[in-house]
Amino acid sequence: MIGRWVIAALCMLSVWGGAVFATEVLEFNSPDEQQRYRVLIEELRCPKCQNQNLEDSNAGIAIDLRNQVYSMINEGKSNDEIVDYMVARYGEFVLYRPVHDQSTAVLWYGPFALLLIGALIFILVVVKNKRQANKDA
Amino acid sequence: MKKLLFFIPFVVFIALGVVFYQQLGKDAEYMPSALVGKQMPEFKLVDMASDTVVSNSAMPNEPYLLNFWATWCPSCSVEHAYLGELAEQGVKIVGVDYKDETPAAKKWLEERGNPYSLVLLDEMGRFGVDMGITGAPETFVVSAEGKVLYRHQGVVDAEVWQTLKEYMQ
Repeated sequence: MIGRWVIAALCMLSVWGGAVFATEVLEFNSPDEQQRYRVLIEELRCPKCQNQNLEDSNAGIAIDLRNQVYSMINEGKSNDEIVDYMVARYGEFVLYRPVHDQSTAVLWYGPFALLLIGALIFILVVVKNKRQANKDA
Repeated sequence: MKKLLFFIPFVVFIALGVVFYQQLGKDAEYMPSALVGKQMPEFKLVDMASDTVVSNSAMPNEPYLLNFWATWCPSCSVEHAYLGELAEQGVKIVGVDYKDETPAAKKWLEERGNPYSLVLLDEMGRFGVDMGITGAPETFVVSAEGKVLYRHQGVVDAEVWQTLKEYMQ
């Protein structure tokens, strides 16, 4: 009877042990570098599973690219160098924060243009109604 | 003038309809390769046959296909027979055994035939990252001068070959 409990306990231990190993334990030279790693894998997109970033994805290529980011940070590469490295291989597609250029202008500034148009229409309508109300009074 | 304003939602609807209709049937997974039009990156990889390290100079002096494959990749076994046919027609194919175990890969080629004029071992997948691949199989058309002309993601079959062939000339 006791033997059975021991086996059960061992089974549980092995399950927990596996779970502990499953989360990657990465060592960084400084908390600052760890922070950069977090930000980078959050902002870089997985080229395989396109609606996930490198952090969320478990695709083989995402794991490889995470490791690449990690080793480049440890080599002392700057964020720009790491991002350039990814863009050279996978295109601007891998950036969740697109660069500002002509092809992305609508994406970046379109919402502000729409907001401006909305505000203009709103002001026009308000002014018009006020004039109408003044006339009626 | 006032009546025209009522048509704005209709116009917007039509515009959105046109945009969405154009997107229908497009492959959402499709991603252009960042390497097309560029020189193939430098590499140093082990050649399976000779077990020695080779570099870009070992590549064929004519246009060829660069095919990433692996024994763990189901689609690779689907295209393997067709690659064999192409090789028989005289198409030069360089294989990259991507993130694979070499003994298993050797066995695979012995059993199914070897369509490759050269097989490079990319055990860690570093060359795969340099080529911007996202998985296997992927096939590139490379010019005699080592320039990447085209990239195809997925199985190569007779239909895909029609496209690849045009880039081979």
